[in-house]
Amino acid sequence: MIAFAAEDNCLTCHKDIEDEDGPAHLITRDIHFQNGLGCADCHGGDPSLDDMDDVRKSAGYRGVPNHLQVPDFCARCHSNASYMRNHNPSLPTDQLDKYKTSVHGKRLFENRDTKVANCVSCHAVHQIGDGKLPHSSTHPVNVPATCGKCHADPAYMVEYNIPTTQLDDYLQSVHGKALIERNDLGAPACNDCHSNHGAAPPGHESLAAVCGNCHVFQMELFDRSPHKTAFAENDFPMCETCHSNHRIEKPHDAMVGTSGGAVCADCHSADDGTRAFVVADTMSTGLYKLVSARDQAKTVLDDAIAKGMLTTDVELMLGEVDQALIKARTAVHAFGTAEFKGKADTGIAKADTVLARSKALIDNYFFRRKGLALATLFITIVAVCLYLRIRKLG
Amino acid sequence: MMTAPSETKATSKSRAHNWLDQRFKISALVDYMGHKVVPVHGHSIFYYFGGITLFLFIVQVVTGILLLMYYRPGADSAYESVRFIVSEVAFGWLIRALHSWSANLMILFAFLHMFTVYFTHAYRKPRELTWLSGVGLLALALGFGFSGYLLPWNELAFFATRVGTGMAGAIPVIGDELLVIMRGGEEVTGATIGRFFGLHVAILPALFTVLLSVHLIFVQRQGMSEPLEWQHLPASQKKYQKFFPNFLYRDLLVWLIALNVLALLAVVFPDGVGPIHWPLGTKADPFAPPPPVIRPEWYFMFAFQALKLLPPHVLFIEGELFGILLFTIGGLIWALVPFLDRKSQVNQRSRLYYAFGYVVLAFIIIMTFLGYVAE
Repeated sequence: MIAFAAEDNCLTCHKDIEDEDGPAHLITRDIHFQNGLGCADCHGGDPSLDDMDDVRKSAGYRGVPNHLQVPDFCARCHSNASYMRNHNPSLPTDQLDKYKTSVHGKRLFENRDTKVANCVSCHAVHQIGDGKLPHSSTHPVNVPATCGKCHADPAYMVEYNIPTTQLDDYLQSVHGKALIERNDLGAPACNDCHSNHGAAPPGHESLAAVCGNCHVFQMELFDRSPHKTAFAENDFPMCETCHSNHRIEKPHDAMVGTSGGAVCADCHSADDGTRAFVVADTMSTGLYKLVSARDQAKTVLDDAIAKGMLTTDVELMLGEVDQALIKARTAVHAFGTAEFKGKADTGIAKADTVLARSKALIDNYFFRRKGLALATLFITIVAVCLYLRIRKLG
Repeated sequence: MMTAPSETKATSKSRAHNWLDQRFKISALVDYMGHKVVPVHGHSIFYYFGGITLFLFIVQVVTGILLLMYYRPGADSAYESVRFIVSEVAFGWLIRALHSWSANLMILFAFLHMFTVYFTHAYRKPRELTWLSGVGLLALALGFGFSGYLLPWNELAFFATRVGTGMAGAIPVIGDELLVIMRGGEEVTGATIGRFFGLHVAILPALFTVLLSVHLIFVQRQGMSEPLEWQHLPASQKKYQKFFPNFLYRDLLVWLIALNVLALLAVVFPDGVGPIHWPLGTKADPFAPPPPVIRPEWYFMFAFQALKLLPPHVLFIEGELFGILLFTIGGLIWALVPFLDRKSQVNQRSRLYYAFGYVVLAFIIIMTFLGYVAE
């Protein structure tokens, strides 16, 4: 394959006339080139010819596409299922179709707006990388910066009348911190919610489906909750109403309740004719009780561990309390007390057992100490008697 | 006629004595013990190290038998049974802690005992065979440590045993076979526990009991070694004390102190402390990646560290093999010192063997230190 590329006359000449950033130099880092494709496979023409004028006249020469032509230029291969099956069968072939449904595609094809992104805006030109590789512009960790190149630039976005704070917000969000700071590739980048080739903001009605892609249990509970209809009727964006969109902060227990930073009070009041305040208070109190029971149990358990007691079983049970806490926090999304109370009460009961068993271990520790003191005293008395006997013997 | 209580007691005591004496001639034994004396001098403290080692061995036997009541060897039961012992069995944690602590202390005192014997030249004629049996006992004690380490079948034990048996596999000619014999196959598995268990509770105790009896009979027959300096002293300046009961009482006192220290350590640090620790941890999983730090027990650390420091090749020999060869030669010289040290045979101090002893001691201390610090 490399031998084929080396015989490419396009490269031979272009390398001489281009500087280090020129296509002929960049192409060696390109996944297409690395898989045996040469310049002529995209640009057409006969690569064995020496003279550029002859190449331009040769059969199939396509030259350099302009911004509007790029999607179709790439789609020649990428929308050709039989061709792609021979090269990369795992790659979908509907990118162009999806692109046409995207905000970018619509503006490009319908408004002939050449400022919107086409294939090369995100994938780069001549150094297109495999999205699985860390240096690629489409690797999950690099996606926010790739999108942010345009969307975080107020001057570039001025005519579109959409915010440019998404990247900053995302970087401070629980998702951004997980992906960028902790390199957790399970956390979503822009394309996981907005789709990549079909990029568009999710509508209010599809927002729960977007979040529910990962947060399955929360979505199921929400769909069965009274909020489902109320949000739809009032045209509230589903999850976003409480969690915001790009700047999603790590959820915390204070978000549930009727005072302070509780989001329930943003919409509900004590006399709004619903049971919302009662439900919110019940859930808030339940979470508070479970967390305090868990913390208290953990403190005593840590003490038992520090005292060198065997705590493996109790530690496992504390893990079950943590599980119950996660389930209770998830159950909040049912916005009713029945689902929640079951989970919270189980957690509190388990935390109480952990506390009782940890206390028993600590009692046992002191019992051992007392036993040791008695045994030591007894042995010491015998030793002293023996010593006196030895002294007497001389 | 009425008999006074004291008279009755004396009569029954002498009756029992007579009964036994007629059958076992215990008067001769009592006479012998009555005449036996122990030298008294500045280094008399060294006479107690062997006794402490013996006491710790007795603790090992007693606690070992108690652990045996609940321990079940096997890849599916070993870890679970040890966990049951330390968490459910009444005072099981104490028995395991005592067994582990006294194992470590026994090895420590065996080493101390050996070095004091070495540096006082107490191995000289007529105690050459006593020394040899002692070296044999130390080797068996190390075997106890190595075979016992695997029995809880936890992560650390599993990987440390894999490394340890792997080293045995590096021995030329017999290495491959030795490895298979030790492991009961190519890999460390449940079969290895079976072998190590048999070794730990049957083969080694049998050998140890025989060798220990021989060692103690030798010591009793020859008495305590007198310091080299005493040969120039007039008889009037040599001080002695009776073995029975004076020395025996002192020995018992030391044992009581050792028991107190042992109980304290077992209760306060049931899982050991610092580098000497034996937490049960997680069950061995042969398919899991090895833990980041695999360390042998502290008494193998010097050998482990020395082998680690060796270059891959020394004079066309593989580094590890070269190390094992060197240890074998060193060990042989050490065991045969009473026969090699000609000066000690004629009650003279031997600078060469003093120096050799210090080199060995310094080597062990430095390598052990490096093993724990150079991580």
